[in-house]
Order: sequence, then structure tokens, then C-alpha cells
Amino acid sequence: MLTRRIFQLYGRCGWLAIALALGVLLIAFPVLNLAVPAGSALHLSDYWVSLAGKILCYAIVALAMDLIWGYTGILSLGHGLFFALGGYAMGMYLMRMIGREGQYKSDLPDFMVFLDWKDFPWYWSFTDNFWYCALLVVLVPGVLAFVFGYFAFRSRIKGVYFSIITQALTFAFMLLFFRNDTGFGGNNGFTDFKRILDFRIATPETRMGLFIITGFTLIAALLLARFIVLSKFGRVLTAIRDAESRVMFSGYDPLWYKLSVWTLSAVLCGIAGALYVPQIGIINPGEMSPANSIEIAIWVAVGGRGTLIGPILGAFLVNGAKSWFTVAFPEYWLYFLGLIFIGVTLFLPQGVAGIAAQVRAKLALRRAMAAEAGGTAATPPRPLPENAA
Amino acid sequence: MRRFLQPLIAGLPAVLAAIVFAGLIAFVRPGFALDARTVEQLGFGESDDKVAAVAALVAAGDARALAVLEALAEGDLYTSGRQVLIIKGDAAHDAASDAAVTPVPEERDEVTVNNRLRREVAAAIAALSLASPDREARLAAAKALAGGAEPAMLPLIKKAAGKEADPLIKPMLEIIQATLELQEGSKETRLAAIRTLGASNNPNTKQLLLALLENKDGSAQDDDILIEAQRSLRAVEGRLAWGERIGQVFSGASLGSILLLAALGLAITYGLMGVINMAHGELIMIGAYATYVMQNLFRTYAPDWFNAYLIVAVPVAFAASAVVGMLLERSVIRFLYGRPLETLLATWGISLLLMQLVRNVFGAQNVQVENPAWMSGGVALLSNVVLPYNRIVIIGFALLVLLSVWLALTRTRLGLFVRGVTQNRAMASCMGVHTARVDTWCFGLGSGIAGLAGCALSQIGNVGPDLGQSYIVDSFMVVVLGGVGQLAGTVYAALGLGVVNKFLEAWSGAVLAKIMVLVFIIVFIQKRPQGLFALKGRFADG
Repeated sequence: MLTRRIFQLYGRCGWLAIALALGVLLIAFPVLNLAVPAGSALHLSDYWVSLAGKILCYAIVALAMDLIWGYTGILSLGHGLFFALGGYAMGMYLMRMIGREGQYKSDLPDFMVFLDWKDFPWYWSFTDNFWYCALLVVLVPGVLAFVFGYFAFRSRIKGVYFSIITQALTFAFMLLFFRNDTGFGGNNGFTDFKRILDFRIATPETRMGLFIITGFTLIAALLLARFIVLSKFGRVLTAIRDAESRVMFSGYDPLWYKLSVWTLSAVLCGIAGALYVPQIGIINPGEMSPANSIEIAIWVAVGGRGTLIGPILGAFLVNGAKSWFTVAFPEYWLYFLGLIFIGVTLFLPQGVAGIAAQVRAKLALRRAMAAEAGGTAATPPRPLPENAA
Repeated sequence: MRRFLQPLIAGLPAVLAAIVFAGLIAFVRPGFALDARTVEQLGFGESDDKVAAVAALVAAGDARALAVLEALAEGDLYTSGRQVLIIKGDAAHDAASDAAVTPVPEERDEVTVNNRLRREVAAAIAALSLASPDREARLAAAKALAGGAEPAMLPLIKKAAGKEADPLIKPMLEIIQATLELQEGSKETRLAAIRTLGASNNPNTKQLLLALLENKDGSAQDDDILIEAQRSLRAVEGRLAWGERIGQVFSGASLGSILLLAALGLAITYGLMGVINMAHGELIMIGAYATYVMQNLFRTYAPDWFNAYLIVAVPVAFAASAVVGMLLERSVIRFLYGRPLETLLATWGISLLLMQLVRNVFGAQNVQVENPAWMSGGVALLSNVVLPYNRIVIIGFALLVLLSVWLALTRTRLGLFVRGVTQNRAMASCMGVHTARVDTWCFGLGSGIAGLAGCALSQIGNVGPDLGQSYIVDSFMVVVLGGVGQLAGTVYAALGLGVVNKFLEAWSGAVLAKIMVLVFIIVFIQKRPQGLFALKGRFADG
């Protein structure tokens, strides 16, 4: 039953595309990076692998954002917080795994030695266990999102109010994590990792392994999201986006629908953060800055809200552009980013994934008008429904 | 006791000699002269001798001693043969008699000054400067002495304190005197000293009295002194606590007035028009940079009128931000009415553009905006509370802006239209109000007020491309807390947040205070989702 439903998630083309993506992930990247010798023209350098790995993590975040914004109509400006919390949970494990190889040759991480702490604070206990930290990756963002979301949705904070409150939330956490006394390395955060699950973290093989795991996670997240939006649950979410009062009057309680998709979204972000940290090798409170969270929204907007492939596309486009711009014209990246924000909201409300639909609608409208002018009575096609509140 | 008397005894002959010598020399040449033996000791003695000689010179306490000590401190004091000379440039004078020595001797050695001696000399110069007729010099001297006065200076300080008329310097000297007497005097002097300390508002005296009570200075205490010290300590602590409280209320009001200025513009663009403008912070920044530009223009073209630049900068800052705001409204925001989330993203993009633009034009570094002379300094309410003039001016300015906004909204034709369009756009349009034009003007007004906020902020903080970012979260919090569509809510929310924030800051540190305020706002919104002053009735659904 479930397998059948899973197979029904996509048509033949969809599954073919996913198989292709898996092929690239499992064969093309490892072979080109590890097997092809470094001098060859076909060789894929470590830089590209880590860039692609980073963007895959961002794509998971964009997907999570799309579930809550594109499908439920709630714009969160605090998703960077959940991402960073997942990252910090993984970072704690990685810090413990440095062992005595730090600068001060102590069991404690360097920043604690520097602060003259004698022992781990209580919340660092058991963090030398990978599975416990993996649990934290899910639980910390999940519980925080659940509690915050419960109070916010219960008092029907929505729209811009909710966005601003989430922005303030991530801002407050950023300030908290900047403090040295918070016990997460303050300004510098965590870095200088040595190994993960007994693998040296800097070797190309480990990097490739992490990359492949990230890719799998993205595909799994995509299938999960597809499963959700096609289910009855997903239909209610879309209904909440389009007319919340009407959903309420039809006897549904939007609170639990919103709360579960919000929490799920936060957990996905946490997982993405946990995959991000070992690949990039650093996590610091800068990840929680409001600017980072709002950038997530633009990936989704560029790709196309309310589609699942859109946000993934958007994450690749915007971040690809960013890494090219910041190398080629570092001065102009912010101009470009700013223009994307304005241009997409003004001219591409459905994002890149919606360009075709937008053009088709415009052509249909023009044909209808031409037909009307020609005298034949034709009903003009209805304009596309507004995608998000 | 011995430590105290020794320099006095050592100095006594020097004083007598100086008086006699001065009497003698007065006939020969105008001016004073010093005891030649003391000066010789200063020039040729070992380190200890030199220290003793400095003490003797202080005890002598005349202008000539000051000149010698200053020469010593600046490395102008030389020995040549048996002479001690002050050599400045091409002129040499005898240190003791101030007689000119020609020619300037070729063979000479600089009198060495080690760190210990340097400290002593600095304090001695300060003590001697207390007699200076220049108020600034005396004030500086008193400040220097507050850190490290030596017992040898007691007579000088006593004399200066007796003569001093300046209300700021006199209490400082009395405290210094009491501090010295506390260490060395007889029981009566010490009791009197403790009472003097008890009347002071200086935070340092608290430390002094505490040290006395804990017997840190090692001298034997008797009960009278301890009781008196405790009483004085309580008096000082009581006054200091009051000062701190007043200071907190004031800095809370100051922060509140800044939040008010930053949030007033938002209260119009967001509260009245429902436009969520993430570039509001950058409009504040534009106001600050406009002030900076005016400052530079005045400095270059009208330096005589420099102190007036701020008065010109206020309308300029308003106009600059208002024009930018109106351009934004016409070019971007107009197309996004009724789509608040899209507006949020687009205006964020605008804010990125504006920030980068300012970075390219003015550089990424902070720029310096100077207070005009009439805004620097402050009112010293108590010794630990100084209310800076610039903050006072800004509080007044915020109230003035608030009043004008209120007048503009309730007493002008534009205000009437704005309220009409806010309440019922369709109806206002039917009545012939050009709603699109009203939107533009209204947005311009809100942006202009942001410019005024920037002008005010430039007077108390750094002006840099990131200026706006640090205020945007706070000002949105104010609007959220205050409720939409109401100026009164914004006012109460801004002042309330300011004061609460400062009190929490004193109690728990700045970061935790911010977090607590945020948690408070989230909890508060649970109770009153529409803010402090919710619109009632059919407009509430908006």
C-alpha cells in the first residue's frame, strides 16, 4: 500500500530524473573526484565537491522553507536559526572528537581552556556519543520550533507579524551565541574539526562520503515533501495558505496542521545544518544573523514557491551565482542580490520554475484578447491564482 | 607617622633656606631661587636622594620648583660639572637660581629619571600646579592627584583646598586631603577625614571606606573610627544608589527616545499604510549620512558657522530620506500593496542595495560625526551621574518630532486624507481623494522621520553602512508591541521598552536583557495579539 503510494509520487519522467540525480551523485562525482587523476581535464577538484555539498545542504533548507512558506503561506525569517542549531549540535560532537589534538592538549575544547573552565557544562554531557548528538540535531530545533510555534500559532500570530517575530528570535539567539559564557565558542564558534566517527574529516574520501549522504538526504526530503503535499494533510495546508478562516469554519483546527509542518520544517533545517558543518568545517553565530535567514526565503522565491523542484533550483541558482560573484566581482554581489529580491517579487512571482506557466498564461490572455477583438466571444482564461498570501 | 614626618623634616630647612635665599636674591634679580643643595641632590644624588629632593621641592611649593620638576620630567635637566642646568634649545639656565648660563656647556649629562621617580615627579608637578591661576590646569592637577597623592603633598593640598573657590575642584581636593589624612593623621584628624569622605559623592570613596573597614591598609583601628566609617559608608552608598537609579531612568529614557524616533516613521509606513519596510533602517542611515555630509560642507565652506550645522542638517536629513522613500514608493512598493510578504522581501533587497551603495560612496568604515560645541559636555547631577547634553537634546528632539507628527496627522489636510485612506480606501477614493498620491506623500513622511532619527543617531553613535541594521529589529518590536494604527501605542511601547531594557541591562547584562525583552514581547502578544492599543470594532480585522 505504502510502496504503491510512494511509486505514485512521481510519474515516469519524475522517477527518471531522480534516478539521474542519483547517478550523478553516486557515480559521476566520486569517479571524477577520486578516480580521475588530479591533472586530467575531467578531474573534479575538492573545491567543487565541497561547493556542491554546501549547496545540497542549502537545497534541503530551501525545501523545508518551501513547505512552510510555499505551501502553508507562513514566511519564516528564522530558519537560519534551526539550521545553525542543527549545526551546533553536530559541532559539539565534532569538538569532542578533536580530543587532545587541540592547541592546548586538553580534553576540553580550546575555547573552554581559554575561558579557564575546568569542566564541561552540563549541556555538553554525552556529546561524545555520535548518536546522542544525532538525536540533538533533530530534537533541539524540533522542540524549539514546537514550543515557539505553539505559542505563536495559538494566539494566531500570522503574516508579517510572524515573520518579524521569527526574525527577532534568530537575532536574539545570535546575540546569545555570541557570548563567550554561553559555552559554544562565542564569536569563533566551532572549527578545526579532526575526525567524525573515526574517519579523518579532511580526507577526500570522507568528504565524498558526506557529500553522498547529503545528496541522499535531499532526495529523501524531496520524496517526503512530495508525499506530504500530495496527501490530504498537504491539501489542508494549501487551503490554510489560501483562506485560513474558511478552513477554520469548515471544522479544521489550523493550529495542529501549521504546528506539525512548522516543526517538520525546522527539523529538516537542523539535519541540513548537521550535514553542513562537517563539510564546511566551521559553525559560528553568524549563521543565525537575520540576513542569512531572509536569504533562504529568496532561494525559494527565485526557484518558485509552491513547487518542490523550484526551491532546489533556486538554492543552486542563487548560491551558484553567489560563489561566482564573490570571486569575480565581490563589490557587486550585494547589488545583484538586492536586485534579485526586487526583480523576483515584482516580475517573477512564481519563480524560475513558474516562468513557463507565466509565459503560457500571458500568451493565452493575449490570444483571448485578440479573439475578442476579432469579434468571437471567448471567455478569457482565468488569471493564475495568487500563490501565497 | 615617621613616613609622614620625614619629608617634612627634610623639607623644613629647604623651606627656610628658600625663604632666606629668596629674600637675598630678590635684591639681585627678580624671580625666585631654590635651595641649591636640594637641586644638587636632585641632579647628582642616588635614586632615593632624588625622591627626597622632589619631596623637598614640593614642600617648598613655589613656581620655580615647578619649572625644575617640569624640566626633569621632560628630560631638559642636565648636569655639567657641579652645575645643575635647565637647557631648552640654545638657552641654559641655572636650575636653582634661574641665572642664564652662557655659553651652553658642551659637556653635559642628562639627569636620569627611572620609573619610580617619574611617578613621583608627575604627582609633584600636579601638586604644585594646584596653585596655578588657570582653572583647567588646577582641574587636571586635581584629577591626577586623585589617583596617587603622596603624604608629602598634604600641606600643599590643604593649602590649595583652603584657597580653592571652584565648586568642582574644591570637593575633589577635600577628598584627596581626607584620603591622605586617613592614612597618616591622628585619631581626630582621621575621624574628621572619614566624615568628609562620608559627604562626598565620589564612587572611589566607597572603595576607600570599604578598605578601611576590612582593615586592608594594615593600620590598627579603634572602634570609634570603625563606627564612623560604617556610618559614612552607608551615607555614600545610599547616595550612589540614588545616582545609579537616576542614571538608569535617564539612559532608559534616552534609549526610549531613540527607539521612538526610529519607530515613529515605521508607525506611519507600517502602522498606517500597512507597508512593511525592511529598508526603514537604511532610511535612518541615509539621514545620518546626510548629517555627515552637512557637517563636512560646513567644515569646508563655513567653519565659523560650524556649530550651526546640525540645525541645517535636520531639514536636509528629512528631505534626503523623504525623497529616497518617495522614489521607492513610486518605483517598487506601489506594485506590492496588499502583498505584505512580497513587500518585505523587495524592501529587504532595497536595503541591501542602499547599504552597498553607501559602502561604495562613503567607504565601508564608520565615518566621524562631531557634536557641535553646544551639545558636548553634560550636567553633573551627582558625581556618578552625568547627563550628557547630546542625550538631553535628543530626548527633547524626539518629543518635538512626536508633536509635529501628531499635528501633521490630526491638523493638516494631508493628515486628514491619510486617516481617511487608512480607514476606508475605497470610500476616500470615491470622495475624490487621490489615494495613490496620498500613499506617496504618506510614505515620504514616514521615511523623512526615519531621516530625522538618523540625524539624531549620528550625534550619539557610530555612523556606518550597517547603522540601520542594528535598529530595524528593535523598531519593529516597538511597532508590534505598540499595536498597528496608533501613535500612542508606539510612544508607550518605545519608552517602556527603553526603560525596561536599561534596567534589565544593569541587572543581567546587555545580551540577556535583549533576550528577556524579546521573550516578554512574545508572551505579551499571547495576551494581546493586537498590541497595547488595539483598534476596536470593524477596523480591527484590517
